[in-house]
Amino acid sequence: MTNIATPILLGALLCLTAIPGATAQTAKKPIDDAIVEKYLASTFSKAPPEWQSRIKPDETLAACNKFRNEVPPAEAEKIVARETAKVKFPADGKLMGDWKSGAKIANEGRGNQFSDPPGTTAGGNCYACHQMEAAELSYGTLGPSLTGYGKAWKNDPEAIKRAYAKVYDSQSQVACSNMPRFGANGVLTEAQIKDIIAFLFDPQSPVNK
Amino acid sequence: MNRTAAVVAACGLTALALLWGRPTQAQDAAEKEIERYRAMISDPMSNPGYLAVDRGENLWQEKRGSKNVSLEGCDLGLGAGKLDGAFAKLPRYFSDADRVMDLEQRLLWCMQNLQGLDTKDVVARRFSGPGKASDMEDLIAFIANKSNGMKIDVSLSHPREQEAAAVGEEMFYRRGGVNDFSCATCHGEEGKRIRLQGLPNFSKPGQAARETMASWPTYRVSQSAVRTMQHRLWDCYRQQRWPIPEYASDGITALTVFLQKQAAGGEINVPSIKR
Repeated sequence: MTNIATPILLGALLCLTAIPGATAQTAKKPIDDAIVEKYLASTFSKAPPEWQSRIKPDETLAACNKFRNEVPPAEAEKIVARETAKVKFPADGKLMGDWKSGAKIANEGRGNQFSDPPGTTAGGNCYACHQMEAAELSYGTLGPSLTGYGKAWKNDPEAIKRAYAKVYDSQSQVACSNMPRFGANGVLTEAQIKDIIAFLFDPQSPVNK
Repeated sequence: MNRTAAVVAACGLTALALLWGRPTQAQDAAEKEIERYRAMISDPMSNPGYLAVDRGENLWQEKRGSKNVSLEGCDLGLGAGKLDGAFAKLPRYFSDADRVMDLEQRLLWCMQNLQGLDTKDVVARRFSGPGKASDMEDLIAFIANKSNGMKIDVSLSHPREQEAAAVGEEMFYRRGGVNDFSCATCHGEEGKRIRLQGLPNFSKPGQAARETMASWPTYRVSQSAVRTMQHRLWDCYRQQRWPIPEYASDGITALTVFLQKQAAGGEINVPSIKR
């Protein structure tokens, strides 16, 4: 990484914890909720009950939906507090696992689609939205670049802890973040999250080369 | 200045913009290669989607159902059998069905009510696959093609059409599923990508919305099939990790009304050809 890119990346990292994951849309209510529910029922009510329960918004998502992610400050505080309480750090205190396994999880896009066979282990699909190791050109731009992440943070233990919490539950850091709540929603296991954190922070990981 | 803007300014959006706005040379090369591929496959003379147009014409004229009549008496909004420009104005409210319908819903309605056809088999074959032809894909290709050169002009005069547009907008922003995704998660901003795939912004009317909606139905090279907007939205909900949406349901049509509204004025050229 060049000397110019380092402060840019640090800027991006700071922003990561501060920008509500939102578009510039302001909240507006063009139509009665009951009517929307009726349409949703006509479209999804034949799906299995466990699938239908997944689109019933919890308290946090109901607020994000209501304000199209641009929640007022008081609501944002409530969300961050509520989601912070959901974050479970590993009992053994170790936040980093195997970066090689993390690299695979970051590349794996399967899991939790109705086309996936039951029992499919979900990946994190990180590359869909983030640049990670510099050699991988097929990366998305919905989220900030994470290339050189661990190096930029000089493996600061607090940064590692924040990153773990962010992957576990993005909204513990930013109310209505666009990023999935991987741990809180049961998409990724504790072991998988540890491996992703290792992929981001391990000095041997290609993310930091 | 609102809260978000203040936060953004404070933490240096300029730095972010610099980082995101400057693709690497390798990235540029990859994008150029994709563009070259798109240009290569978009030659209409070699677009297999036009075979579906021909098959669709035969299906439109074929006598079927208990009443043994063709679909030529079907009113797609401009009068019985009038095809030119009908697709450009769909979805719309049909008083005989008392429902806002997209082209697929309307065809199913005509099959049932005009032809007396049991549509169970047609619906089972709604999306083609290996050894499984789809009447709907062929019919949509034929009928939509009759709006080529015309502009998307979705009707929003009837209260039910306005309701559908408003519900569609709400659905666009509604987050859910284990990944908390909405349509807007991916299609709410300009110039974003998933992996290397560019994402049209549908959060406001614009060129990306017009070009996208005006190029469906399309022949998908990767799937060797003509795909309709019903299939596109089914696939979006799949990737959104939502439940399977019901084919030809009011929610999908509402979403389509909203998308057509954002795409108003887009010049239709279909079936297009895509990756």
